[in-house]
Amino acid sequence: MYSLFILIPLLALIILNLPLRDLMKKSCSWCVLALSIIQVWAVVLIAFKYLNYDATFLSPFFKFNLHIDGISIIVLICVGIAVFTASIIGKHLIASSEKLFNFTNLLIIALIGMNGTALVTDIFSLYVFIEITSVATYILISFHKQRYALEAAFKYIILSAVASVMMLSAIALLLLVSGGTDFYSISVALKISPHSYLIMFAVCLFVCALFIKGGLVPFHGWLPDVYTEAPAAVSVLLAGVVSKVIGVYALIRIMVSVIGFQNQVNLVLLFVGAVSIVLGALAALGQSDFKRMLAYSSISQVGYIVLGLGSGTPLGIFGAVFHLFNHSIFKSTLFVNSAALEKQAGTRDMDRIGGGLASRMPVTGATSVISFLSAAGIPPLAGFWSKLIIILALWGSGYYSYAIIAIIASIITLAYFLSMQRRVFFGNIKEEFANIKEAGFGIILPALILASITIGVGLIFPFFLKLLKI
Amino acid sequence: MAINLDIIILLFMISGALWTVMTRSLLRSAIALALTSAMLSVLMFRLDARLAAVFELSVCTGLISVLFISTISLTQPLTNEEILQRRKARLKRFKYLPIIIVVIGVVLSLFSVRLNLILPSPELESNVRIALWDLRRLDIIGQVIILLCGVFGVVILFKEQD
Repeated sequence: MYSLFILIPLLALIILNLPLRDLMKKSCSWCVLALSIIQVWAVVLIAFKYLNYDATFLSPFFKFNLHIDGISIIVLICVGIAVFTASIIGKHLIASSEKLFNFTNLLIIALIGMNGTALVTDIFSLYVFIEITSVATYILISFHKQRYALEAAFKYIILSAVASVMMLSAIALLLLVSGGTDFYSISVALKISPHSYLIMFAVCLFVCALFIKGGLVPFHGWLPDVYTEAPAAVSVLLAGVVSKVIGVYALIRIMVSVIGFQNQVNLVLLFVGAVSIVLGALAALGQSDFKRMLAYSSISQVGYIVLGLGSGTPLGIFGAVFHLFNHSIFKSTLFVNSAALEKQAGTRDMDRIGGGLASRMPVTGATSVISFLSAAGIPPLAGFWSKLIIILALWGSGYYSYAIIAIIASIITLAYFLSMQRRVFFGNIKEEFANIKEAGFGIILPALILASITIGVGLIFPFFLKLLKI
Repeated sequence: MAINLDIIILLFMISGALWTVMTRSLLRSAIALALTSAMLSVLMFRLDARLAAVFELSVCTGLISVLFISTISLTQPLTNEEILQRRKARLKRFKYLPIIIVVIGVVLSLFSVRLNLILPSPELESNVRIALWDLRRLDIIGQVIILLCGVFGVVILFKEQD
């Protein structure tokens, strides 16, 4: 049944490219919207065990060895929501029907790649689906063929290619030691093989490659340029889910299913997470470009996820995955806000804007406030709970200094977001921007949906905790 | 003798790869990539990875064809002055590269690393059909999707704007 998460989008891709060009161009956006909504709905039903369909109509050829668990469920929901958002923004902002058609096709390919990454149980298949997502992303970033976007895509390709080489080398070494490429074989071999130095080397290579894909410090060089220069809809997709799935989720999966939590690996994760949190937050403080600030903020927030993972406890992993979900939602909202800002005000330069836009763009302003408060970990929003769980996990595992770093960085997060609000939305509006209006319904709708999710999850979560008896 | 031949093929492959990256001409870069892939295929044959060698040859044939079509559509001739100017500026950057390569090669040849690995015997499937279509089916579909993605990339990025 889980094969359908790959096969249905693939079938949609094939149908969209049949020779009925005009019809397909008109219906391509609706197709992606439908795919994303069905995906979220199906995953929620699977999570609550209302859907356990065997898909016997599928030929044995299409029955792959895929697996779904709690972590994959969260990631598949994030993918569905982010693709939904990106497709609405793309439909609203891309005027040319030909370009929209191409954008939609690439979006579906990225969807297939991310779904596959979330479901595979084999390390080589994980690599293949990560590459599918990466290749689709390269093209999406350079979609409008603008100079800085091409430069950013080139930077991403080079660093990503290095990561791919590292991953392949690590897979080759792990295959040498274990004799197989599935997660179970490798995890067994890691425990019984006498060649610990070789295994450690392969593990380090693979983890470093995933740090590059996830944009963690010190491998984050590509991220600010890519997030800033990519088209608005692509930035939503990238920040919301792409780097989270192919970098952070893959890291979580490898740690949980293959490597396990050993002290040395935990310390590396904690260190990288902490450095990413602090450097990302400090770099965001000094930015004047709205999108660039959000890019550095993403680096910082991903650091929280890795920090939670590094605690090595079930509570820490839960916190990491929950923060992955929350970050996907609030960061997508903020990038939708930046799309609205760029379209209506014609600029992303916060110093030039000078504040006061909330009076002209109330929905954008309100949703940005909700998202930044969630990002800063202010109760009762969703981000508060995930950060709290991560900090509790770190404290409970004895990593007190990392817990304190996480708390202090939240204050810095609040600082740069408040600075952003003051320079963009709060205060008196400049004469230059006095006549701008709120963004169109196509941009407001996803922002409202995502902000509602942020508020809803935050309010419902305490009841959910009671159910789990935590 | 067999080991020397492998090293010679390896050197040709590396030279081809360097030429691919360093050359200014897109067409020559595509030719150099074809040569690099051919050398890699030969190496794989010599290392008894015949299936991998066949895949490398077949995939790279298609890849090189696409690259040729793309580069021909992008190629615009330069004037003689432009060619001379760029050649001088470009070669200056790489003047130390041969020396670095020779030094690294000499240093590496001084070390002899014995891994003494005790390896598990992998479950090799000798039937190609079963290995591809039963064991690695998902990866085959994944690679088809990457090729589709590449096609979209060529169409989107290399198409002239109206």
